[in-house]
Amino acid sequence: MAGTEGITQQELNNSTGETRDETDSRKNDYLQSKVEGKALSKEEKLKLRKEKKQQKKNKKDDKGPAKEEKAKKPVPVMDGQQAQQQRVVKRLPEHIQADDPAVLKKVAKKLERQQIPLRSDYGSKVSLFSHLHQYSRKAPLTQQMSIPSTVIHPSIVHLGLQYSQGIIAGSNSRCIALLHAFKQVIRDYATPRNEELSRDLVNKLKPYISFLNQCRPLSASMGNAIKYIKKEISNVSSNIKEEEAKTTLQNCIDKYIEEKIHLAAKAISKSAFEKISDGDVILVYGCSSLVNYILCDAFERGRKFRVIVVDSRPRLEGRETLRRLVKKGLSCTYVLITAVSYMLPEVSKVFLGAHALLANGYVMSRVGASQIALVAKAYNVPVLVCCETYKFCERVQTDSFVSNELDDPDDLIVTRKGKTELQNWQDIPSLRLLNLVYDVTPPDFVDLVITDLGMIPCTSVPVVLRVKNVDQ
Amino acid sequence: SVMELQAVVMAAGGGSRMMDLTYSMPKPLLPVGNKPLIWYPLNLLERIGFEEVIVITTKEVQKQMHIDTKMKLEMVCIQEDADMGTADALRHIQQKIKTDILVVSCDLITDVALHEVVDLFRAHDATLSMLMSKTHEFTETVPGQKGKKKTGEQRDFVGVDSSGKRLLFMANEADLDEELVIKKSIMRKHPRMHIKTGLVDAHLYCLKKSVVDFLADNKSITSIRGELIPYLVRKQFSASTNSQKTKNDSEKNQKKTDLKTPDEDLLDLAREKSCWNDHRGDMSDAYHGGKLRCYVHIMEDGMCYRVNTLAAYIEANRLVSEQTAQVGADSIIGAACHVSEKSSIKRSTIGASSCIKEKVKITNSIIMNGVTIEEGCSIQGSVICNQAVIGRGADIKYCLVGSGQCIEAEGQYLLHLSTTVM
Repeated sequence: MAGTEGITQQELNNSTGETRDETDSRKNDYLQSKVEGKALSKEEKLKLRKEKKQQKKNKKDDKGPAKEEKAKKPVPVMDGQQAQQQRVVKRLPEHIQADDPAVLKKVAKKLERQQIPLRSDYGSKVSLFSHLHQYSRKAPLTQQMSIPSTVIHPSIVHLGLQYSQGIIAGSNSRCIALLHAFKQVIRDYATPRNEELSRDLVNKLKPYISFLNQCRPLSASMGNAIKYIKKEISNVSSNIKEEEAKTTLQNCIDKYIEEKIHLAAKAISKSAFEKISDGDVILVYGCSSLVNYILCDAFERGRKFRVIVVDSRPRLEGRETLRRLVKKGLSCTYVLITAVSYMLPEVSKVFLGAHALLANGYVMSRVGASQIALVAKAYNVPVLVCCETYKFCERVQTDSFVSNELDDPDDLIVTRKGKTELQNWQDIPSLRLLNLVYDVTPPDFVDLVITDLGMIPCTSVPVVLRVKNVDQ
Repeated sequence: SVMELQAVVMAAGGGSRMMDLTYSMPKPLLPVGNKPLIWYPLNLLERIGFEEVIVITTKEVQKQMHIDTKMKLEMVCIQEDADMGTADALRHIQQKIKTDILVVSCDLITDVALHEVVDLFRAHDATLSMLMSKTHEFTETVPGQKGKKKTGEQRDFVGVDSSGKRLLFMANEADLDEELVIKKSIMRKHPRMHIKTGLVDAHLYCLKKSVVDFLADNKSITSIRGELIPYLVRKQFSASTNSQKTKNDSEKNQKKTDLKTPDEDLLDLAREKSCWNDHRGDMSDAYHGGKLRCYVHIMEDGMCYRVNTLAAYIEANRLVSEQTAQVGADSIIGAACHVSEKSSIKRSTIGASSCIKEKVKITNSIIMNGVTIEEGCSIQGSVICNQAVIGRGADIKYCLVGSGQCIEAEGQYLLHLSTTVM
């Protein structure tokens, strides 16, 4: 028995590669289940589950929540048999469970420890999305905090407010604003005695990130930026002086923005320029800073084309795109998404921006983008997605339900001729308002992804991720 | 640690409109609800979380002021007869100001949720954010005044945009000849403006630090409300502000601009990439590219009073006594009792160590020791024995509640005997 166990352990080591984050006892359980296979009885399964839960709890008490995220990231793909026996499913942190009271209690405890108020949900949710949070813009988090804010750095409070009120919206914009706030935090940071900057600063950032998450769920771009910052901070050597360390960190942030956003935009624009020909009719959706940049750049370089801007309620972001493009001098047409199938016969290309690119090639973008891609496919119009590589995410999603964001449902209420029909929507028990923010487009509808690494098909995203991980 | 806001309370003068009261007692010390007037703004600041306050006042007030507060009060005295305006006072303490400030007048009594004002200041990176409220009619007769209110009150014209938050225009009737003049540049940028007249300025302002520095260089400005605020509101739309890259370039310290510019560039970049705009219909960027922005929060309901006239003083006293617990002279309250706000006790006896929560009405009853009465209860002609607990919103008439009994919330009892049945 022992001998076979030993061999299978080695096999496991060779096949999955990294097992550094799993404790030995967990591995043994894993292996035991693999070896004994279908022979596990109900009692043993229960025992296994209890042990794993206990280990998880112990681990959580030792490490902080951020490390827990890191630990959960490289989840080895389990085949059906093992998945069956390991009933304690490891949930990735992006999987919000707003309808599970146990998880909510854990989150509340964590926030209490970090001295951040808990934002309560607003209004009744559609049952399919009841696992997501739904907040009201009229109840900001600052209502429950002291003025002036002492626990959270002022620039983070400003940022959180700007996120929750939608003043800073859009993946790139949120990321740049976040890094700007972090620069302020680093500038005002002073290492306490007997503490190391590399460890203490990371701990200081954790409550700020929780706060921002409460204001508005973090985007994939922000998540990647935070990971980068934390890595840079923990790599600061303990020999150098504090001032120097702070300047280094600020320079790192500047470099990140310069490389991942500015230069990436330039590279993408250069590639996209080859794809835009004279006489093209380009369809864009919503407001993507990258797509606007590409179009303005191509126009400046002399391409002759016209743009159809598609917009949708309740955000009506297309109006901003329209304004910026018309200001530049492009000739534009503006339609709502309901008219898309009427416009498509005259469209030659569709350019979409992305909020994130998932590891299985799916594109996460503003709600409505998947519909545009679907209709474009039906009309055989090529769909090009423009996305910087820093937005590539290791998450895997095939539907728009599991991980999404619910915006303020009151945004859907409109007043026409002095009458607001939906004013008392909460009094009607069978009525729910749903204001989704993101949706997921399958790779079959996307013809090309233009990134700063070049023009790749959708299915090559995991390759890029793997290459990036190896580099880092 | 970094401070976000510094609080400054202006308590150095005023009372010129109620000389009958203030000739003998300085305005900050006028009793309202048995507490000095200055207690109210200080209490507001303490409740929302301030730990330190700078109080600008006179030596006379400082001598007589005894405020029970956990905050650290830094008293700055100015000469009684120096005839300093509020802006002069700010200039006087310029060295103490390290960050953005929240200026409050000592005569403000309000229950506003201050985060509304401060959030406007934070979210829009505003230069000025202030509080205003709808005027309430004074109902009480003012002693010594025959007939209706004096018509000498000059109206304030306040212009806000369609969201009701951005302050576009402010002028007082006294400064206008016969017409209200609005600049074309404002109309071009904000074609829809709502002009309101029935508003009370609470004299509560959030100002950026650069404004304090600006005051130091411009000694001609003496009053915050009279000169500084209208100046800032006007400057939002002046041509010179919008043509410069950074606002108040000439007034800001040159060294500071050098340090700030790369970070400010980053913030500008973030805004530029953001798909948000505060207005629509024209080709301008968010905020029309203006760097100077003034915001106002207008309170619809709630209490907001400035005690600067005799009528306001009387009204304030009446409201404050309505808010606190009313214990009639015909009632006896035991030791260590806790009676919360808005509760009313008439012709009753309350035992020791009892706890009575908000909005409770007790008439003609006997409450014994250690009783807990939750919010919103109404107890009439009853006897509540030791250690009983009455749930929220219970309505008890002519009942006897035995020792240690618990009356459920929202219960309605009439002529009932509630004791343990063994």
